Amino acid sequence: MYTRAYKRIISAPPLLWVGIFLLLPYALMFAHSFWIVRDGMIAHEWNLQNYAKLFQNPVYLDVLFRTMRIAASVTMLSLLLGYPLAYYTSFHAGVRKDLLYQLVIVPLWVSYLVRGYAWKTILGSEGVFNGFLQYIHVTKEPVSFFLYSPFAVVLMLTHIYTPFVFLPLYASLEHIPRNLVEASHDLGAGSSATFLRVILPLSLPGLIAGATFAFVLTLGDFLAPLLVGGPSSIMIANIVQSLFGTAYDWPLGAAISVCILLLTISLLFLTERLEKGCSFR
Amino acid sequence: MTQPVSIAEHAAASAASGNALLEVRNVAKRFGAREVLKQISLEIASGEFLTLLGESGSGKTTLLRLIAGFEQPSSGEIWMSGERLDALPPYKRRVNTVFQNYALFPHLTVQENVGYGLQVSGVANSEIPSRVNEALQMVKMQEFAASRPAKLSGGQQQRVALARALVNRPKLLLLDEPLSALDANLRKQMQGELKSLQRELGITFLFVTHDQDEAMALSDRIALLKDGGLEQVASPREIYAHPANSYTAEFIGQTNLLRAEVRNGVAACGPLKWSATQPPGAALFSLRPESIHLSPDGPAPTDAVHFRAVVRQQIFSGSSEHLELELAGQSLRARIPARGPLSGEQEFWFSPADAVAVRE
Repeated sequence: MYTRAYKRIISAPPLLWVGIFLLLPYALMFAHSFWIVRDGMIAHEWNLQNYAKLFQNPVYLDVLFRTMRIAASVTMLSLLLGYPLAYYTSFHAGVRKDLLYQLVIVPLWVSYLVRGYAWKTILGSEGVFNGFLQYIHVTKEPVSFFLYSPFAVVLMLTHIYTPFVFLPLYASLEHIPRNLVEASHDLGAGSSATFLRVILPLSLPGLIAGATFAFVLTLGDFLAPLLVGGPSSIMIANIVQSLFGTAYDWPLGAAISVCILLLTISLLFLTERLEKGCSFR
Repeated sequence: MTQPVSIAEHAAASAASGNALLEVRNVAKRFGAREVLKQISLEIASGEFLTLLGESGSGKTTLLRLIAGFEQPSSGEIWMSGERLDALPPYKRRVNTVFQNYALFPHLTVQENVGYGLQVSGVANSEIPSRVNEALQMVKMQEFAASRPAKLSGGQQQRVALARALVNRPKLLLLDEPLSALDANLRKQMQGELKSLQRELGITFLFVTHDQDEAMALSDRIALLKDGGLEQVASPREIYAHPANSYTAEFIGQTNLLRAEVRNGVAACGPLKWSATQPPGAALFSLRPESIHLSPDGPAPTDAVHFRAVVRQQIFSGSSEHLELELAGQSLRARIPARGPLSGEQEFWFSPADAVAVRE
């Protein structure tokens, strides 16, 4: 087998990478969250003030709850769009399977920003959507509330994260042996019974993985609110961004980040347990 | 033959008299340009154990899938008890399948797997546990009722698959190479159990295999398929004693194919000559290895053909010796009762009655 020295040498680069670019920044962030800003400077005095502020000032909790509401909406909508798409592609697309799969992947090659700006063009008051509504005489004047609202944020993020929901779902659907579907039909189950009793339960690991992607990625998003959200749809990452930027309160920003990090980690832990619980191979 | 009338012949007779459970009428199946089944017509009698035997690619599994409803025939019809089967979706056919790799639902326990068919077909909830239990008892798997399939061995999964397919009380059970994944010993044991289960339940079995020994051991009748066509449908004894053609003769058991020239009621193949009733011209005869005897063994009939041949190879297999003989540049296989090493030239004989004329 391999010698100990060899194992050390080949495991060094990834360990260094994780150490320098992941663990070290986290440690710094963690330390900052217990420091404080005094006279425009970060004072290295250990205290819990930042965490106290976080839970006392309702603004932060409100924004956090809004963020979670948006994340939940994005997750639900991406599942509603992604599941039928993945199911159709995997089970019924026939020769168009590869094409459909590629069509879902292609948007991932386009920059996030470009897709964000595209939604601006679509939803804006001079945008495609308003133009269409006026053309079919549903509205007389441009409607402004499409853009710069939580609705726009949910719409844009759903569009962006649906492929992330689709991919694990598609993979888990592809892994279902087709003879299980035949066995179900053979035993007297029609299409809907087969879907509910065989396909859906066996695709749960993919469904949970996809939902986790959508929820966690939305939780940390700050560009969508900036591009299409407006002041009414500020999310928690925007607050962190401003605290590390113009507001120059790194310690408070770090404290919020630590909280989101803990939230995300416990969520990942939970969903991983769930996924394991419902996979049978 | 002087055999008593077997179930097979009884079944075959009732199939012929229109008492068939399943009728396959001129069924053909094409996948694109490839013709997988060519004009198959086959009748299966109620209570019969019929085996579809053939090499891989012979179309046997496709025929099974057409009957189960997983594929649609390109032409032809399938009828079961006076009902057109091929127009029905699989879930409306009173046919159940034991799949090659068992296809047990991995997320359900053994009893949930077995109860699946009852649940989806709306059997009263109060009735399900007792019927599941009954089915599990039949295959001796009650103690595993709460296990998941992943925890079971291949043989155990096989039994569960069987119970699951039988719980709906199908008229016809389709078995797609159900034993091919088991090791030799378990396979022999399962063969016996399958056979007695079929007798007990009286359910018609349509069994697919590529293993001719298995087909011989289990079947009332064998339907031999080659390249999507039926070569011969007959009982194991009949198909062995009177193979319809050279392919059948070689596929079912071992044989020597003798290319002979018939003239004036005498067939000649090299130095071998025997009386034959075939019309003059070229003819092909099948002579089984066990029909060749070492002189002076056995009571040779008066018309026996005696010949001398060189023993090229001898393989001892317990009760018998497998010999490879050579005479006049032709090699022959013989199987004789065990009797110490042989060498050089020996005298052998066979009875002309055992040289069965076959088509090419």
